[in-house]
Amino acid sequence: MKAVKTAPEVASIYAHQVDNLYAYLLGVSIFFTVVICALIIFFSVRYRRQSDADRPEATKDGKLLEILGSVIPFILVMIMFFWGAKLYFDARIPPKDAIEVLVTGKQWMWKLQHPNGKREINDLHVPVGVPIKLTMTSEDVIHSFYLPDFRKKMDVVPGKYSQMWFLPEKTGTYNIFCAEYCGTEHSLMVGKLIVMEQQEYAEWLSHRMVDGVAAPIVASDDPAEAGKQIFESNCMVCHTGKAGSIGPHMVDKFGSMRQLENGEEILMDDNYVRNSMINPNEHIAKGYPAAMTSFKGTLNPKQMNQVIAYLKSQSTEAAE
Amino acid sequence: MNESVQSEPKLNYLNAGNTVKSWLLTVDHKRIGVMYLVSIVFFFLIGASAAALFRLELATALPDVVSNDTYNKLFTMHGILMVFFFLIPAVPGVLGNFLVPIMIGAKDVAFPRLNLASWYIYMLGGSFTLAAVLFGGIDTGWTFYTPYSSVYADSNVILAGTGVFITGFSSILTGLNFIVTIHKMRAPGMRWMRLPLFIWAQYATSIINILGTPVLAITLLLVVFERGLGFGIFDPARGGDPILYQHLFWFYSHPAVYIMILPGFGVVSEVLACFSRKRIYGYEFVAISSLAIAGIGFFVWGHHMFTSTQSEYAALIFSILSFIVGIPTSIKIFNWTATLYKGSIELSAPMLYTLGFIGLFMVGGLTGLFLATMAVDVHLHDTYFVVAHFHYVMVGGMMMAWLAGMHFWWPKIFGKMYNEFWAKVGSVVIFFGFNFTFFPQFIAGYMGMPRRYHVYDLTFQPFQMLSTAGAFFMGIGLIICLVTLVASLFKKENCGRNPWKATGLEWTKADSPPHPHNFDGPVVVDVEAYDYTDERIYQDA
Repeated sequence: MKAVKTAPEVASIYAHQVDNLYAYLLGVSIFFTVVICALIIFFSVRYRRQSDADRPEATKDGKLLEILGSVIPFILVMIMFFWGAKLYFDARIPPKDAIEVLVTGKQWMWKLQHPNGKREINDLHVPVGVPIKLTMTSEDVIHSFYLPDFRKKMDVVPGKYSQMWFLPEKTGTYNIFCAEYCGTEHSLMVGKLIVMEQQEYAEWLSHRMVDGVAAPIVASDDPAEAGKQIFESNCMVCHTGKAGSIGPHMVDKFGSMRQLENGEEILMDDNYVRNSMINPNEHIAKGYPAAMTSFKGTLNPKQMNQVIAYLKSQSTEAAE
Repeated sequence: MNESVQSEPKLNYLNAGNTVKSWLLTVDHKRIGVMYLVSIVFFFLIGASAAALFRLELATALPDVVSNDTYNKLFTMHGILMVFFFLIPAVPGVLGNFLVPIMIGAKDVAFPRLNLASWYIYMLGGSFTLAAVLFGGIDTGWTFYTPYSSVYADSNVILAGTGVFITGFSSILTGLNFIVTIHKMRAPGMRWMRLPLFIWAQYATSIINILGTPVLAITLLLVVFERGLGFGIFDPARGGDPILYQHLFWFYSHPAVYIMILPGFGVVSEVLACFSRKRIYGYEFVAISSLAIAGIGFFVWGHHMFTSTQSEYAALIFSILSFIVGIPTSIKIFNWTATLYKGSIELSAPMLYTLGFIGLFMVGGLTGLFLATMAVDVHLHDTYFVVAHFHYVMVGGMMMAWLAGMHFWWPKIFGKMYNEFWAKVGSVVIFFGFNFTFFPQFIAGYMGMPRRYHVYDLTFQPFQMLSTAGAFFMGIGLIICLVTLVASLFKKENCGRNPWKATGLEWTKADSPPHPHNFDGPVVVDVEAYDYTDERIYQDA
């Protein structure tokens, strides 16, 4: 009989950091539970009613217990708050050298696409020691991409992009779960994260399976390449990038801040570009007319992703 | 005073009328309380049966008892019935209705007809929800998250949503009634700082009910509009925002946690004082902290949404406020424990439930800290850790407190004392059964098992098996408890006015069961709350 596992794998340094915080929380909790339970049991025995004539004296309310009882827990929980918030914020921004994988959730599967266009369903192959950034959206209801061994989870929401990243420390196979209830087969929306040696991954990535046989990846699989064609035939007319054109310059601006007509600034990210294709007049770029019509019916979500992939590939901005 | 040997029973609210009409058209707050008791137990038993079925399914990792669709409908039904038809109305509906007027020395609540209407509204809401179950069920989870509920689910969302919408008005009206009653109908001498802590708790709960429940009503109405009429509010395909739904839903549903647990705090304070014969330590603090919790509780809802894509900075504020709301709660636990110090402690059945409450609720509260900690919540959110946490608060806390209250005031409500031995056995079995059921779920959750899974990874199976075994242990405890209480109704002898020798107008000035008008004559209060040094309470039994 196999030994019962009582803790998840520690698959990254971040997972280890979360576990340390978890241990602190557990220590505080166990301490208070033991003290209070011991006091209750001790008092119940020590002061049990001996006879119906017992008349305990009234205790005067002391301020000390109230003060200690608020100050000590306050200090302990503020440590939890700052520690938890720091970990959360430190781990928020993906490193610049992260490999970006597109994730699409739909009832009830995960569709994944690698930078060179290679696609997978439910399985995700990644190289060890390289940060992986997931850009995620949903085709239908809300899902949640959960990697318990990495202590990471992020909701996957229709109509917007969410982001999460992780750095695998060792090769192996880990669970991917959908954590947000999404309907009948929610519990079957699971997959495997396969962390490979970098060499092995490069080999794996350069081939696709055609009729059960490995074949090289071709250019048309590349979403940026497909996006370039869509962009050139739909967007280039206005977004020429030249002075005097109807629309603002798009091609190498991804990741930069854009000045808006109303004086605000907005980051040109996945959500901004997608929203500009669907609701073009929500954010008008400074100095340009509100002239664009929506591409909502013209381009499907996959084509929009390809356009975004193209703009990203052309970006000269390091920051994101 | 020696009613137990009288041959002709005194007039009381129970023997004042025997016809069905005298019950269904009653405006007596005590009869309405008893009607709530019967209906709430009815809904509880359906919710518990659903849990028994899906716990059987979860005993093994493979699908073997019910299909995935049925499983989803069972946990949804369990959640909706337990939250909206048991936990929220249990203490206010049954004990609140019965006790609020008596405890403050009033003849009835301020609006007796409105009080009866609240019960009918509750039953109407319940009927809609049961209809949703009978006509094929609903599979959205009790949280009704969009766009699943408003667009994709293929089950009776509109019926169930309408049921919850309707029953909300029952809570609002009861809350209104209690607030007016507590403000305007206190007997001469019943100053605010002489009120039993049960009344303070009901008062704080009523405020949340009035301010929060309308938001739930609006939210569910919007879901029904989107689903039935095609409005685009939450569905991104029609320009809506699914995260907006979560904000609206939790704006009510987090305070709703306090709607459920605050009345339990009130019950626990009464029982602890009586069975240690002491005034509750730090009475003023415990009274005011209920109001503080009610206030701060409105600003922590976003801790349900740390992974939802809400702004990280919003999450930061929600995290710190969630820790701060824990402080008054932790002081309450210290104060209850301090009350036992140098008391005269009797481990009666209500006291066993109450001590059980303190231990279990404390675990529920402490594990809440894990979920308020941002980085840790990202891992634990939507796992069994959360399931275990809120069952420790809701069942270990609220249900234990409700049972403590039912055992404590049962002799007052029905005039009969139950078999104390079996009542204690029931409480102990429930306590151990509960821990057996829910403690393993903390481990399964930390290991990463998501909630609402019909089939699951084999590594989680040992914990789920333990959990199922524990649930049946707990079920046996509940049956012992129910049989013991019901059996007492067939006893001949009356328990007397004050069998526990407790303070409070319901024990010192009212018969068991009370007169239809509660007291024989006008009531004047000349003692502080929980004055267990007052010799009069010991002689009046």
